[in-house]
Amino acid sequence: MYIFSAQNITKNYAAHTALKNVSIDVPEQSIFGLLGPNGAGKTSLIRIINQITAPDEGELFFAGEKLQPHHISLIGYLPEERGLYKKMKVGEQALYLAQLKGVSKSDALKKLKYWFEKFDILDWWNKKVEELSKGMQQKIQFIVTILHEPKLLIFDEPFSGFDPINVNLLKEEILNLKKNGATIIFSTHNMSSVEELCDNIALINKSYKILDGKVHEIKNTYKANIFEIGYHTQDIDFEKILPESFKLNSVVKQNGISKATIKIPLTASTNDLIQNVISKIELVSFNEILPTMNDIFIQKVNEQKHIA
Amino acid sequence: MKKIRLIVQREYLSRVKKKSFIIMTVLGPLLMAAIWIVPFFLATMSDEKKVIAVIDETGIFYSKFQSTDKVFFSYETELEKSKDDLTKGNISAILYVQKLTYTIPDQAVLLYSDKSPGIVTQSYISNAMQTILKNNLLVNAHNISKEDYDKINSTSIKLNTEDIRTGEKSYTEIKTGLGIFSGILIYFFIFMFGAQVMRGVIEEKTSRIVEVIISSVKPFQLMMGKIVGVALVGLTQFALWILLTFSIITALQMSMPEVFKNKQSEEIYNPGQKLPSADQLQLQTLQNQEIRELIDGLFSINYGVMIAQFIFYFLAGYLLYASLFASIGAAVDNEADTQQFMMPVTIPLLFAIIMSNFVINNPDGPVAFWLSIIPFTSPIIMMVRIPFGVPIEQIYLSMFLLIAGFVFTTWLAAKIYRTGILMYGKKVSYRELWKWLKY
Repeated sequence: MYIFSAQNITKNYAAHTALKNVSIDVPEQSIFGLLGPNGAGKTSLIRIINQITAPDEGELFFAGEKLQPHHISLIGYLPEERGLYKKMKVGEQALYLAQLKGVSKSDALKKLKYWFEKFDILDWWNKKVEELSKGMQQKIQFIVTILHEPKLLIFDEPFSGFDPINVNLLKEEILNLKKNGATIIFSTHNMSSVEELCDNIALINKSYKILDGKVHEIKNTYKANIFEIGYHTQDIDFEKILPESFKLNSVVKQNGISKATIKIPLTASTNDLIQNVISKIELVSFNEILPTMNDIFIQKVNEQKHIA
Repeated sequence: MKKIRLIVQREYLSRVKKKSFIIMTVLGPLLMAAIWIVPFFLATMSDEKKVIAVIDETGIFYSKFQSTDKVFFSYETELEKSKDDLTKGNISAILYVQKLTYTIPDQAVLLYSDKSPGIVTQSYISNAMQTILKNNLLVNAHNISKEDYDKINSTSIKLNTEDIRTGEKSYTEIKTGLGIFSGILIYFFIFMFGAQVMRGVIEEKTSRIVEVIISSVKPFQLMMGKIVGVALVGLTQFALWILLTFSIITALQMSMPEVFKNKQSEEIYNPGQKLPSADQLQLQTLQNQEIRELIDGLFSINYGVMIAQFIFYFLAGYLLYASLFASIGAAVDNEADTQQFMMPVTIPLLFAIIMSNFVINNPDGPVAFWLSIIPFTSPIIMMVRIPFGVPIEQIYLSMFLLIAGFVFTTWLAAKIYRTGILMYGKKVSYRELWKWLKY
C-alpha cells in the first residue's frame, strides 16, 4: 500500500522543465529518500506534493485517493528554506502555525506542551524567535511540522543547521515517527543519513528520475565485486600473487596493518581470492566493499551528464 | 475561511501590539486636537492694551466707544497734544473726526498712528462708528423710537447672518481646507498601510516562513489575510483617532470652559443682538470674527457623512493599492529593491495629490469629475470634492468603479504574488513580472 504516489508528473516553468514524467511510489510507514543534485527538480516535486503548485501533467494519489486540498492537514512539511516570524513569541507562533494546519487551539496547546517538555525547551515559550539561535529555531520548526500528527512528513534537508547532538536527537525522532506509523519523504544531499535512515530512494537529475528502489537492492546492484583484505604488513608484491584476471586497486599501510582492495572478475568467487593469498600473508580481515550511496549518486549523475 | 480568519487575527494583533502603533495612535489625536484648539487659544490670547485718543469735533462719538481689556478709548480735545503723546508712545493711535455734515465723507475720519494699526482695530473702529452713526441718524435725526430702532436692527441681524455671499466665502475656505486635509490623509493612509502590507510580505519572504505557511494555506488566502488584517489596523487607528480627538477636545472644553465660551455664544457673532445701542459693541466680537467663522465652519460640516465617506474611500482605496503593494513585496528580496516597482504605484497617488489643488478651485469641473471617477485617483480626489457636495450618482459610479478596480488589481497582484513569494535571490525585472502574470 502506497501512502503517496505520483504518476508521470511533468511541470514546466516559463523557461525550463522542472520535472519530466517523474513517478514515485512511497510505501506506507517507510522513509523515502528523494535525492538529486541542486536544481534537479526535487523542490518542485515537493511543492507539488504539498499542493503549493500544481503539475502540468500527471496524477497524484494520497492513500489511494486523488490528492485533494483537505489532504493538506495530513501532510507535514519542513521546507529547506524555512524560518519563523522573528518578532513573534515562540509559543504564540507555534500555536498559530498549528492552527493553520487545522489543529484546534486547545489541542495544539496540549501537544505543544508535550513536545516542549520532551525537548526541554518550555522556558522558550515566551521568548521572541529572534532571541533564539538558529539551531533552537530549527527545533521549534521541527515540532511545528509534526505537531498535527501528519500521516506523511516531508523533510527538505532537515539536518542543516543542527549540531551533531541535535542531529542524533532528530534522527531518533524521525525513526520514532516512522515506528508510530508515519511515512517520511526525506530530501537531502547528505548521503550518509540516506544510508542510515532510508528504506527507499528516488534519484532525480535534470528533471528526470534516473534511479529508484530499495536502498539495499540498489547497493547490491551497484556493487563492483571489490573486496578488502587486511593483513600484517610484510614485504610482498601483492600483484604477483594474484591471478591474471584479478585487479589490485590499492594497498594502504597503517599501524602495521596493510589493507589491499581487489576487484575480482564476475566469474571468480571470494574463495578463489582467499585461496590465492592465504599461504602468502597473515590474514587479519576480509570484507566486501559495497558502494556508498554517495558513489552511486555521483556515478549516476555523471553517467547522465555523458549521455546528455 | 477559518484559516483566513486566523491570518487576519495574527496580522492584526501583531500590529496593534507594536509600540509604533500605540505611539501613532496617541500622537495623531494630539495633533488633531491641536488643530481644533489652537484657534480658541489664539482668540483668548491678549495683545498689549492699546490706548486710542478720540478727538471728536462732531460730538457724535463722545463716550460712545466701548473700552475693552484690549483697547482703551480716551476722549481728548487737542489734536496737537495727542500727537505729542503719540510720538512719545503714550498712546497707540489717534482717531480724529472732523466736523462735517452728517454724511461724513471718508476723508472726515483720520486715524493717526506710528505703527500701522491692526486691521482688526481698524475694522472695529469703522464698524463701531458706522453703528454709532446709524444709531444717531435714526434716533436723533429721524426721531425713530428705541423700539423701532431695535426692530430695524433685528431685521438686519438676519440679513447679516444669512448673507449668502459671506456665508459661502467663509465656508469655502473651510471646505477647501477640509477637502485637501482628507485627501492628504487618504494619500497618507494608503501609503502608510500599503507599505505595511509590503513590508509584511517582504518579512515573510526574507524570514523564509512563507513556504511553511503556504503549505497550510493558499497564497491568495495569505495575501488577503494580510491585507484585511492591516485594513483593520487602519480602521482601528482611525476610530481611535476620532474617539481620542473628540475626548481630548471635550475634556479640554470641560476643564477650561472660559477658553471655549466664544463658541457657545453665537449671539456674539451677530453684532445686532448685542447692539441695541453702540456701546454694547464688543471688540472681542470683531477681533475674533475670522476665527469664529472658522469655528462655525468646522461646526457646519456634517461629520457623520464625511467620516462615512472617508472610511469608504480609505478602505476601498487602500484595498486597491494594498494588493499591488503586496505583489511588490513578493517580487523583491529586500526593501531596497522595492524602488524600481514603486513608481507605477506612487505616480497615480502623487498625481492625485498634485491635481487636488486644481480640483479644489473647480470642484465640479470635468477634471474633477474624471479624476474622481477613475479608481486610481478617485479615493483622493473624491475626498477633496465631497465637502463641496457631489451629485449622488457620481459618488455611486465612483464607488462602483473603485470596487471593480480593487477586484481587478487584486486578481492581477495575486498572480505576481503567488509566484514571487517562492522566488529567492533573483533580481526581478518588469519582463519577468509580465511572465508571472501569464503563468
